[in-house]
Amino acid sequence: MNWIAYVRDRWVATSVGLAAGLVIAGAVVGFAWLPFEQPGQRFLGVWDAICSAAGLIRVPPIHEQVVQPDYAVTSVEVTPGMLGNASAESIGRGATLALRCTMCHGARGLSRAETPNLAGQYATVIYKQLQDFKTGARLSAIMAPLVADLSDADMRDLAAYYAYLPRVEEDQAAKGETPRIIADGSPMRNIAPCGACHGGLTNKPGAPWLEGQPAAYLHAQLQGFASGTRRNDISEQMRNVARGMTAQEIDAATRFYAGPP
Amino acid sequence: MSSSRRLILAHFWLAFGGFGAALLLGEWQMFIRSPLHRWIGDPELYYRSVTAHGTTMAYVMPTLVAMGFGYFVTEASLKRPLIGLRWAWLGWALVLLGTITAIVPVALGLASVLYTFYPPLIGNPFYYIGVVLVVVGSWIWVALMAVNLHQWKRQNPGAPVPFPMFATVAGSYLWGWTAVGAALELLFQIIPVALGFRTTIDAGLARVFFSWTLHAIVYFWLMPTYIAYYTIVPRAIGGRLFSDQMGRVSFILFLVVAMPIGAHHLFADPEVGSGFKFLHSVFTALVAVPTFLTVFTICASIEIAARLRGGKGVLGWLKVLPWRNPIMLGAAFSFIMLGFGGAGGLINMSYQLDSTIHNTQWVTGHFHLIFGGAIVIMYFVIAYDVWPHLTGRALDCVGLMRAQLWTWFVGMIVLTFPWHYVGVLGMPRRMAFYDYGDPVIAAQADWVVMSVIGGAILVVSGVLFLTVLARGQMAARAEPGVYRFSVAAHPPRSLPAALNGFGLWLGLMIGLTIVNYGFPIAHLLVIPGTAVPAIIVGSGR
Repeated sequence: MNWIAYVRDRWVATSVGLAAGLVIAGAVVGFAWLPFEQPGQRFLGVWDAICSAAGLIRVPPIHEQVVQPDYAVTSVEVTPGMLGNASAESIGRGATLALRCTMCHGARGLSRAETPNLAGQYATVIYKQLQDFKTGARLSAIMAPLVADLSDADMRDLAAYYAYLPRVEEDQAAKGETPRIIADGSPMRNIAPCGACHGGLTNKPGAPWLEGQPAAYLHAQLQGFASGTRRNDISEQMRNVARGMTAQEIDAATRFYAGPP
Repeated sequence: MSSSRRLILAHFWLAFGGFGAALLLGEWQMFIRSPLHRWIGDPELYYRSVTAHGTTMAYVMPTLVAMGFGYFVTEASLKRPLIGLRWAWLGWALVLLGTITAIVPVALGLASVLYTFYPPLIGNPFYYIGVVLVVVGSWIWVALMAVNLHQWKRQNPGAPVPFPMFATVAGSYLWGWTAVGAALELLFQIIPVALGFRTTIDAGLARVFFSWTLHAIVYFWLMPTYIAYYTIVPRAIGGRLFSDQMGRVSFILFLVVAMPIGAHHLFADPEVGSGFKFLHSVFTALVAVPTFLTVFTICASIEIAARLRGGKGVLGWLKVLPWRNPIMLGAAFSFIMLGFGGAGGLINMSYQLDSTIHNTQWVTGHFHLIFGGAIVIMYFVIAYDVWPHLTGRALDCVGLMRAQLWTWFVGMIVLTFPWHYVGVLGMPRRMAFYDYGDPVIAAQADWVVMSVIGGAILVVSGVLFLTVLARGQMAARAEPGVYRFSVAAHPPRSLPAALNGFGLWLGLMIGLTIVNYGFPIAHLLVIPGTAVPAIIVGSGR
């Protein structure tokens, strides 16, 4: 059958015609008509509506510019595989650099000054916080001058060193029953279990291991997230969580992770 | 027993063996997150089980049933030996190898990503490689169906292709094309990340590719069921198929419109434009056409059987139907579940209504009712019908078969109706734990317990099913005679080329896929900044 005869075939003409008709009718309704039926849509014209319905990212009108945050945001993109397999040289350089940190964070990364224990912390976490202190995404009058001169490589070395140190051993039995907020969160308030990211159940990239951190530090951070004075959390995750937590839940989470005094 | 019978039995046993194991996992999942059991403490165990259950039930079991039944139909309807028997064994071996390759990392907790993959979650590469092997094995079947049809047509020029073969090849072509979406996602997006070549993944694009497969795969699962409606049920109850041509049109329509509709799984995904979602919604609605054609044709065929048995009146003929015949019983149950499931599906396919039940247990209830209910109950019927012809032994425990079909039907209703209901109440799906002590959801506890009971009934039914098959395998030898399919009331002597081949319809299928998927895929491929960090599952410290 040559192609002219094929096109003239009743079955071909009917089926292709029906399919094309349906596509065209569906497209007219879906791309040109329904967009205007949505409340609150302001299109510049039919073509703009079609582009919107097609999923194109359009430049918003001048008066609807995307709101930019008026504070510094992190420059670190956390990926699960980052900072893996540190070399012995890197850990060694980190150990030398870490001599500047011992005053507060302890000689072997274990602090007695209500500052975070860094021994055994994930490299990603150390690196991101150092970067954030430097860029101003996380504010600290103490940390900012200390990190001002650190290069990216210095921070990677420090991260490798602290990740290499052994963690503080937790006495699991002494901790007592796991609070609800750690194990279950509060689904109805959109609060994920603390343990789903910070240890206890599992961990997520970028989230610090919290077991054995000083109670005062944990408490201050949760309150900082809740009040918005700390805002270098990825995608506002911790601000959203902490804002929804009750004072009792903040106390319970703090006590659980800090462990017995 | 000829060697192709051994091939088909191998497909069925592997399918139903996996089904039995996955069924137990499903009930365990129901139980441990119900109010009847305390929180297991580790959600990973739950997701591990869901992944194994879904992978087996969605990829392995129905694919093997479609393949085995396809080979059976080829020989029985074309009345000649299968061409490419060794290739068919290779396909089966690949499915077996793929299943083992995929399930081992899942069992080890290295790939608890659920069978829909959910990028940016990334599991062990062997899980995905195993799934690819299963798909490649099934593509061998697709090719063999095409080759067998082609050879037969060459030797019988102009003759109408036997309807069972026509429908089977339509199903195989549908699968061949629909599996391409998931294959693209696995080969070009997920596996490179799983192997460590990349650390980010375009999750939106991956989901679009998966939706290409995700909806049409349901019609691929449905194909053996529909083939059984048309070619087994009328014969088994002593009737005639109302219309051969109507059947062909139904399968052709499934082939054409099952593909360009998957975006209704992406209604809540911002990466796809609303216009395309609407277009996919329109084509989803079109699936009602072949469905209603089938419902009409099969009801008419059953009525023919009833009138031949002396049935009278507008509905009085229903009484004289052979209700004690397992095939009649199974088909009736299947239709009822298809009716409820289809009605629920109208909610899912509507852009607006979907938002009320999106990602709730309603969705789980829906696909269990359609797939586990309407579709799988006909897999049982198919197995019962062909078993004597495969084993060369009698299968006469009819009472046990009826008990099995009844328990499956009742169990599936008791399982899925409460699921739909708690979904309407807002119960989310894919959760390892629900706190029924919370007053907000305490009222759902009784309904959840009800579904657990439904699941337990299904386990009983699954055991009965495997018992029937095993008894058939061990029964005394008996000559089953020649296998017959339904005969149409007016068997076609000649057919227009369009109803006897697939060229035009494959063209339309691919064309509509390109129209409905081409732009969203191309757009996501070219715009920058759509990749997100992959989350490696099972790598915790």
